[in-house]
Amino acid sequence: MYYSQFLSRVCMPHAVLLQPKESWNSSKSNDEIIVGHCTKVPRNSNLEKLRSGYLFPEISRHESEHLQKNPDASLIRLGIGDTTQPIPDTITLAMAEQVRGLSTIQGYRGYGAEQGNMALRKAIAGKFYQDMGIKANEIFVSDGAQCDISRLQMLLGSNVTVAVQDPSFPAYIDSSVVVGQAGELEEETGKYGNIIYMNCGPENDFFPDLSTIPRTDIIFLCSPNNPTGHAASWQQLKQLVEFAEANGSIIVHDSAYAAYIRDGSPRSIFAIPGAKEVAIEISSFSKFAGFTGVRLGWTVVPEELLYSNGFPVIKDFNRIVCTCFNGASNIAQAGGLACLSTDGYHDLCKVIDYYMENAKILVDGFTSLGWKVYGGKNAPYIWVHFPGMSSWNVFAEILKKTNIVTVPGRGFGPAGEEYIRVSAFGQRQNILEAIRRLNSFL
Amino acid sequence: MSLMNNLSTSMISSSSSTFLAPTSFNSRTQSVSVPLKSINIVKCVATPQEQQNAYKTKVSRNANIAKLQAGYLFPEVARRRAAHLLKYPNAQVISLGIGDTTEPIPDVITSAMAKRSHALSTLEGYSGYGAEQGEKALRAALASTFYRNLGIEDDDIFVSDGAKCDISRLQVVFGSNVTMAVQDPSYPAYVDSSVIMGQTGQFQKDVEKYGNIEYMRCTPENGFFPDLSKVARTDIIFFCSPNNPTGAAATREQLTRLVKFAKDNGSIIVYDSAYAMYMSDDNPRSIFEIPGAKEVAIETASFSKYAGFTGVRLGWTVIPKQLLFSDGFPVAKDFNRIVCTCFNGASNIAQAGGLACLSSEGLEAMQEVIGFYKENTKIIVETFNSLGFKVYGGKNAPYVWVHFPGRSSWDVFSEILEKTHIVTTPGSGFGPGGEGFIRVSAFGHRENVLEACRRFKQLYN
Repeated sequence: MYYSQFLSRVCMPHAVLLQPKESWNSSKSNDEIIVGHCTKVPRNSNLEKLRSGYLFPEISRHESEHLQKNPDASLIRLGIGDTTQPIPDTITLAMAEQVRGLSTIQGYRGYGAEQGNMALRKAIAGKFYQDMGIKANEIFVSDGAQCDISRLQMLLGSNVTVAVQDPSFPAYIDSSVVVGQAGELEEETGKYGNIIYMNCGPENDFFPDLSTIPRTDIIFLCSPNNPTGHAASWQQLKQLVEFAEANGSIIVHDSAYAAYIRDGSPRSIFAIPGAKEVAIEISSFSKFAGFTGVRLGWTVVPEELLYSNGFPVIKDFNRIVCTCFNGASNIAQAGGLACLSTDGYHDLCKVIDYYMENAKILVDGFTSLGWKVYGGKNAPYIWVHFPGMSSWNVFAEILKKTNIVTVPGRGFGPAGEEYIRVSAFGQRQNILEAIRRLNSFL
Repeated sequence: MSLMNNLSTSMISSSSSTFLAPTSFNSRTQSVSVPLKSINIVKCVATPQEQQNAYKTKVSRNANIAKLQAGYLFPEVARRRAAHLLKYPNAQVISLGIGDTTEPIPDVITSAMAKRSHALSTLEGYSGYGAEQGEKALRAALASTFYRNLGIEDDDIFVSDGAKCDISRLQVVFGSNVTMAVQDPSYPAYVDSSVIMGQTGQFQKDVEKYGNIEYMRCTPENGFFPDLSKVARTDIIFFCSPNNPTGAAATREQLTRLVKFAKDNGSIIVYDSAYAMYMSDDNPRSIFEIPGAKEVAIETASFSKYAGFTGVRLGWTVIPKQLLFSDGFPVAKDFNRIVCTCFNGASNIAQAGGLACLSSEGLEAMQEVIGFYKENTKIIVETFNSLGFKVYGGKNAPYVWVHFPGRSSWDVFSEILEKTHIVTTPGSGFGPGGEGFIRVSAFGHRENVLEACRRFKQLYN
């Protein structure tokens, strides 16, 4: 990452401005002083509250540094949850066809509806929300869940309180900090003052004990969970919906890994009666279709979801989407439609099976080495417990000794300390090789 | 019970949010001539009984969004087009409203995208997450194509899914505690994103302005460049050149003054250069052509109007390393953090297309399409000139800014729509400084533009 090093700056009053340096580059050492014009624009104090880079670029940075020191290392990447298997032909053919159409008069398309192509919205409703009463016009197609999380935060504004699972996907907390909801970072606990952290560990089956959670406006819940891999049961989600109802809260349910569920757990919050009045659901084609680079996702905002003054949340979300966004790429959307065709879906399930077979190998591998392993059954993540150890240290040791990249649990929140997340995306031979290396090391 | 069932969603193929009226659910919003100034109260179409029983969360609505007076401008225009089509189902509506490109994308560009699509189905060609800042090759090509010799480096460039999205991401970087200035009239996303971010006060109906925004009036009298001596200091200054909607292209002298103004005031210019390639005059295409601009400016740009990528989604933002906040912290660093946290990169297929756009063949092909739209613009300018109108723009941008002195622009919009079935954009949608003007966009198939001009001649002769 280019800007991981802080450079100290000296701002000169205008009267003594010196020529700015033309050849500023990121390799400058920490204590080099740059002299030049400072604007009078104050830095956004919310961004100051972020202590380090976003988690996954930080992992990349560690990777690069390791490779610089060990140029011959054969790195196995089980860190960032990046899909590796090619996208099935049916889907890329559809995208190529859309692309070629753009060079013709009949096939050319300019701006699409910001909410997404109606055909795709209908297909998503039909495929994932059949019998749940979710309509196409409640579905907003996007360029991915990470972007939607931030758009939802813009929607909600700085004056709402939020609860997140601990550990959780870092974008919920980071976007909350950026928007100004989070309060100050408490150095001792590593927690932001205004955020409620809902502890999720083996002792509570990786689902928050709601009886201990104070009311917040918004509750982020990811199921199947990144990073722990836990898929909430019907009973657990029902409790959550009732909790939200009782507190007048809004659940933001992240179902990005729903396609990985194997054990019949609910794939959508809207499987729970009453959820439409208390929940928003975000989802993604990234892990479902290998679209991590293609960029496509969706958010469901039911019409029944109302603010305290009766105003429909969907109306404001639509306004955000029309003002701060201009629709997902029509090429990605054509791919999305193909993903939901019978053939496309069938082919994608095979890819998911492949990743879940990887997950099984990893679960078995770590288990056989005597480690307590969680997840890996309904999600492409394995959550391994290293009791009493610092997760960044374990991460560093594993990287150094076996050239395997993982993600330290602490990156997902204070309760992630002592855990390592291992992702199951990868070529089978790399997964097998990883287990071999871990066998010799651990 | 559907809150949205009184609006049709099936009629619109272009950008729209047809299921939402500006601020009212009542049936009057179906009428095309509802003036935007009228205050509408939000009402659910639910019966009173149902509304009383409807479950409400205890989450307060974001007061900033509540400040917005109506829907975003272009979905509004689309809604009225839809309503018009309902009224006249056989009308041959010609859209010179929303600035949507119409001509096919040149083969050299789409074949690169098709190739990338197919490659995603192979082991060697598959790629997952890309760098959030964009693919290196594309960033390098952007630097060398648009910023050669301007001291802008590859890593100063952040590839995105379009300028509109970048504007909002920049607002997220700036936060709610900055003040901003916009041209009046201006592209509505600057003001609307500012309102959403909480930088503004309430909308003041008498002057049609949001409190706390500095509106820099741009009129024929001042050559569509603000009189900077009358502009109060703000932290951020949004400036678009060539301008949407007026078509005005700022001269080197004007931009030099703007840069000095920003330097003296410690402000940051956000320079929107989305239409730079439409320039006919010898005016600067990039703010970074002005010495000193790197310390005071950000530039945002887009492939939308160059490559017909309005649906494909690709753009970029340039943030020089020399641009610093008051405490010396580099703006680019915070923007990078936002890009990594709130975004996940532009589509890899779109980026492959972008790279092809910047090959010599691609650039030539884009110039040809741009030339086509410029010819459209010329035809429209000539038509309105011949009808005795005062016409502005059209030379350096695909927009023609026509003056209808003393008339409400929404009324003129409605009249044109009703009488000629042509969709334009009312000037007041771009700010109070747009009142009395109509923006006619020059995107369209040649025969439609010619037909539209015939109809204009009929109406105004």
